Amino acid sequence: MIRTVLIALLVVAIAGTGYWGYSEHQKKNAILIQAENNYQRAFHDLNFNVDALHDKIGETLAMNSRRQLSPTLSQVWRLTSEAHNNVGQLPLSLLPFNKTEDFLTKMGDFSYRVSLRDLEKKPLSDKEYSTLKSLYVNSSEIQNELRKTEALASKKNLRWMDVEMALANNKQPDDNTIIDGFKTVDKSSEGYSQTDFGPEVTNIHNAKKRNVSKLKGENISREDAKKLAIKFFQLKKNVRISVKETGKGSEYKAYSLTMYNPETKATTYMDVTKKGGYPLWVLQDRKVAAQKISLNEAQKQAVSFLNLHMKSKMEVVSANQYDNIGVFTFVNVQDGVRIYPDSVSVKVALDNGDIMGYQGTDFLTSHHERTIPPAKVSEKQARTKLNPKFKMMEKHMAIIKNDVQQEIYCYEFLGVLGDETYVIYVSAENGDEEQVKKLKEGEPDYSSM
Amino acid sequence: MKKPMRYIRRTLFFLVAMTCIMAGYTPETTHAFTPQVIQKGATGEDVVELQSRLQYIGFYNGPIDGVFSWRTYWALRNFQYENRLKVDGLAGFTTKKKLADQSKFDYGWVHKQIRKGNKFTTYGGVPKEKQVKKNAGRKAAQQPAAPGKNAAPAKPGQKQAAKVSKPRPGKNIPDGYSQNDINLMANAVYGESRGEPYIGQVAVAAVIINRVENPEFPNTVSGVIFEPGAFTAVADGQIYLTPNQQAKKAVMDALNGWDPTGEALYYFNPDTATSGWIWTRPQIKKIGKHIYTK
Repeated sequence: MIRTVLIALLVVAIAGTGYWGYSEHQKKNAILIQAENNYQRAFHDLNFNVDALHDKIGETLAMNSRRQLSPTLSQVWRLTSEAHNNVGQLPLSLLPFNKTEDFLTKMGDFSYRVSLRDLEKKPLSDKEYSTLKSLYVNSSEIQNELRKTEALASKKNLRWMDVEMALANNKQPDDNTIIDGFKTVDKSSEGYSQTDFGPEVTNIHNAKKRNVSKLKGENISREDAKKLAIKFFQLKKNVRISVKETGKGSEYKAYSLTMYNPETKATTYMDVTKKGGYPLWVLQDRKVAAQKISLNEAQKQAVSFLNLHMKSKMEVVSANQYDNIGVFTFVNVQDGVRIYPDSVSVKVALDNGDIMGYQGTDFLTSHHERTIPPAKVSEKQARTKLNPKFKMMEKHMAIIKNDVQQEIYCYEFLGVLGDETYVIYVSAENGDEEQVKKLKEGEPDYSSM
Repeated sequence: MKKPMRYIRRTLFFLVAMTCIMAGYTPETTHAFTPQVIQKGATGEDVVELQSRLQYIGFYNGPIDGVFSWRTYWALRNFQYENRLKVDGLAGFTTKKKLADQSKFDYGWVHKQIRKGNKFTTYGGVPKEKQVKKNAGRKAAQQPAAPGKNAAPAKPGQKQAAKVSKPRPGKNIPDGYSQNDINLMANAVYGESRGEPYIGQVAVAAVIINRVENPEFPNTVSGVIFEPGAFTAVADGQIYLTPNQQAKKAVMDALNGWDPTGEALYYFNPDTATSGWIWTRPQIKKIGKHIYTK
């Protein structure tokens, strides 16, 4: 009797577990398929985009007039951005697939800039035309490789999820078709990453590559770097300092210092260039107590800090309070002109006014004596270029970098249109509206609503 | 005889009280600014007062959110101009005094509205009831802290009231980013590097920003973070942990321009790195447990 009951119970238990396992398995499969579908969609969309891209570039080349390219080139721009989007959704980050993304971005920038240009006045140059031709060849190669991969994958019934699982477990997938296919695609893009997109596109993307080779001075040693830090912060002796040198991949040779002050329980990090020993940035980590001093008071601290460490004349252009921290941005002023590329930021603790951070990399890499030309356009002329509904409130002279990273001498007009504040830069060279920027108001704290 | 006397006394008292109120000797105007000079970019109670007072006399018509933003700046400058003060956009001693003389500020009432998340204005000469638009989205549980109880906080509902009583004004957000970006990055930073020193967390945030700006990667914060396989914390779901304050601070530093990595695009933990490819990248430096590479 007992045995029968036990057997019955066991049977029920096994059946129950089996059912549970089966339904878990079903659920897992459903999710896997869901993920697979997303990958498939991104992959096929990418194929479609590249097909269309190839056709559109072809149409551009086929057009007789170099003056009417704007519509097709804007199509190219739209397609590159969509293709870029789809690439970003594929599980490829473990593979070197960046060249293709790079290629798509630059092609997008190129077509955008050309399509916006007044082609009546400045038609496509021969060089740009040949760039376009080589882009056509390149896109056809990418298209071919992608199609091959697509065909093989569907023939062998390959799944993206298998690839991802294998990569995640650091195993070679059973079938390498997808990975190999994409490696070939990336190779073919790499060859064309040398394509000359013209100075404008190249400049946009070299902007962040900062180098400090212009700096004067001798190389300094580790010990020098330590001494420099002690002088910079007027440290006492009981502070522990460790120094590390940057590796080979670094854009600039520098020493990284870590200082721990047991008295204030603050750890300060700092990078100093090897050449000349210029501080690149400083950042301090410590507990900041409740706000005791005003932002205005903190700004005075920041100003006196800069006066101590910088020879150039600096002017504050923005101040922001984030709870108990104040962050200030200063720009260099030369002959009354704000030089925006030469900027530094200073972070001040609002509990005691200590400097908690300094960021001078931009200043170090771009600062040099500039010859500021006399303005060819008068202020009055420049103001006629503004929207008549724009109410001008403040005016400065400024040097800014435009979106192709050229420095431009401008009138800077701050003012109001409706409820919003805008800054408008009008070139002092030719009166063009170089840049219009809507300035940020405070945001409500959405998390507490 | 006694009754009329009392009546007269009462009337007299009432009259005196009325005059007092009319002359403005009510407690609501006794509150005035702290001695600090308020400047653009500041946040806090003084800014709330500044905005309320500027609105009282019609110079300011933006939201009273405690953020000294551009709208407040222009309002203050206009006020200074109209009053023949030095037009510098700084609320110093003279400006604050002039402003306090011309306007009224009901500290308790204004902060109550902010606490409750109501939309409100403080224009002079308009009844207060007409200037409030109640926030319907707030939970009913938080209602007990509402009308007429400001004087007696020692009630059973006090704990709840204390929880919501912290003023929740607006925020400054670095240029070019939104609160969403900040939250998302804080999640990613916390999930990726919660055991790391502070500078390592700033570094992770800086790598995210460097990728957004690089043509080889997606060009939005969410695109970079959710790129499949890009971050382990995204792959294993640790990104959905609730980030702490330190992660948020690290993100703010990175957004404000601090990049401890020397423009790195990748990082990896040498002990757990699974991809051989990552070792081929030119290395910049090691911060905490991570090696940062180009």
